[in-house]
Amino acid sequence: MSETPAFPAPADAAAAAQSAPSVANIFTGFFMVGVRGFGGVLPWARRTIVEERKWLTATEFAEVLGLCQFLPGGNIINVSVAVGARFRGMAGSVAAVLGLMLAPVAIVVGLGAIYDQFADQPIVRRAFAGLAAAASAFVLTASIKIAAPLRGRWLALAIAAITFVAIAVIRLPLPMAMPVLAVASILVLWRFEK
Amino acid sequence: MTNPLVHLCLVFLQMSLLAFGGANTILPELQRQVVDVNHMMSPHTFAALFALAQAAPGPNMMVVSLIGWHVAGLSGAILTMVCVVLPSSVLTFLVASAWQRFRDAPWRKAIQKGLMPVTAGLLLSSAALLIKATTLDWSLGLLTLAVTVVLLTTKVHPMLVLGGAATLGAVGVVG
Repeated sequence: MSETPAFPAPADAAAAAQSAPSVANIFTGFFMVGVRGFGGVLPWARRTIVEERKWLTATEFAEVLGLCQFLPGGNIINVSVAVGARFRGMAGSVAAVLGLMLAPVAIVVGLGAIYDQFADQPIVRRAFAGLAAAASAFVLTASIKIAAPLRGRWLALAIAAITFVAIAVIRLPLPMAMPVLAVASILVLWRFEK
Repeated sequence: MTNPLVHLCLVFLQMSLLAFGGANTILPELQRQVVDVNHMMSPHTFAALFALAQAAPGPNMMVVSLIGWHVAGLSGAILTMVCVVLPSSVLTFLVASAWQRFRDAPWRKAIQKGLMPVTAGLLLSSAALLIKATTLDWSLGLLTLAVTVVLLTTKVHPMLVLGGAATLGAVGVVG
């Protein structure tokens, strides 16, 4: 792998090198993000990276986030890869991802074990029925928010509808349907929308 | 049949590069694979694991670890997570340094614009499949609707909403 760090640090390299976090710092920083990220990690990532540790300015963070929303994969996981790479290359990326994921994986497995233990208790089963109904609402909310800008754009709406029918109704495999839908959508909107 | 964990890992390696818009867009495929194709769990268990991941701290991707854990224990949780994180992370690592050069390129904007409606359709699919699994009776359907309205119109902390819904279920108001 090349030695050039991704997202090259600012021109005043001396000052930058001095303030650049170490691999251990990157690990602990993202560890705190992972631990505190109840109900959404992104706000905590911004707070830790921009406000508390001052690794990036708000503008730089927005730029990194723009990239990470463009690429596939979990947004926050991609943010940790990009921020780690920016300061410490591949070692930084690995430290950031491990730091981010360590506590959540441990916690979620612990919760899973507890759930399995008590899943047949009526009160636990009922609590989970309520929890799961609310969790569905989170995904519905996310889909409404992302669909809102499509209002009035009948071509985009048609593509969203076709995707829904292909995936939720016909239940086509995603690795087969997604590339076709994505390429068709990019070409159709590129050619026919504005 | 091949080892279920190996099969899961192969699925997640592919999903990693298809997850435009994060973990929630690949939920329909995860459900199809673990519920419909491989019968590793019921749709209700799938929804319960998703709810658990939502209530735990950390990225949305945590549902992947829970599925892996449910199928193959601790090694399953770790392996599936590595498989779903690795390909997209390598891509991010490789592309990050070039981002400034192509950020404002017309083709970059065209791709993002084209992916938007597909992502919307996928998220809506996720929502529909989850709702189908979690609406055990009309009161739970009503709860989903009410929570959606609350999330869209207020700034209540998500954990408070989840805690409230679990309490309503536990004391028997819904479900």
